[in-house]
Amino acid sequence: MGAELKPFHVTEEPLDGAPYMDYVTHPGAGAVTLFAGTVREWTNGKRTMYLKYEAYVPMAEKKLAQIGDGIMEKWPGSRVAIVHRIGELAISDIAVIIAVSSPHRRAAYEANEYAIEQIKKVVPIWKKEIWEDGEEWIGDQAYKPEGGKG
Amino acid sequence: MIYLHYFAGLKEAAGKAEEELAWESGTASDVLQWVKTSYPQFDFSAVQIAVNEEYVLESEPVHPGDHVAFIPPVSGG
Repeated sequence: MGAELKPFHVTEEPLDGAPYMDYVTHPGAGAVTLFAGTVREWTNGKRTMYLKYEAYVPMAEKKLAQIGDGIMEKWPGSRVAIVHRIGELAISDIAVIIAVSSPHRRAAYEANEYAIEQIKKVVPIWKKEIWEDGEEWIGDQAYKPEGGKG
Repeated sequence: MIYLHYFAGLKEAAGKAEEELAWESGTASDVLQWVKTSYPQFDFSAVQIAVNEEYVLESEPVHPGDHVAFIPPVSGG
């Protein structure tokens, strides 16, 4: 990664937060929030063996970049990097990392939460839970586009 | 010709991730009808359509060369 880090990325590689934290850190920042979404073993009483993530990669990366643009508009002075892993993930593996820097703490927290909420609504990534006795694609939210393109 | 893209449960129902469809003119709704007819075992009620990597309404025109993706409810994060 390092110098070649893509700030809005979908990858099959294991994730590490440090390069993303470095990427968003700059002299104007007074706060950095680093969020890691990890694979949970138990959901509603069901034990997950592992997860499988799939993405429409070019559109997902475009949507992640749009979320980043939205954050920079809503919270001026912020810098954002988001990476989502796809493929098979084991319990406690990191599925998503969101790094946000802002001049002040409050914006960094708010913008980071906004990013994960937007990811769950609009980014074409799907999760399949694999249990001991079955499997299922997850997707229970019902986002509908309001005005066509965008 | 247009290029159709399927994901998650729809990809499994279709048995393929993508296919080509001969196409002259029509809307996203017309493409959806074709896909629904082809894969009637899948529940399309919550599926959104993206044309060339942007969400569109079903009234959106679809032109030859376009990529039309069928997006089941997403579950990233």
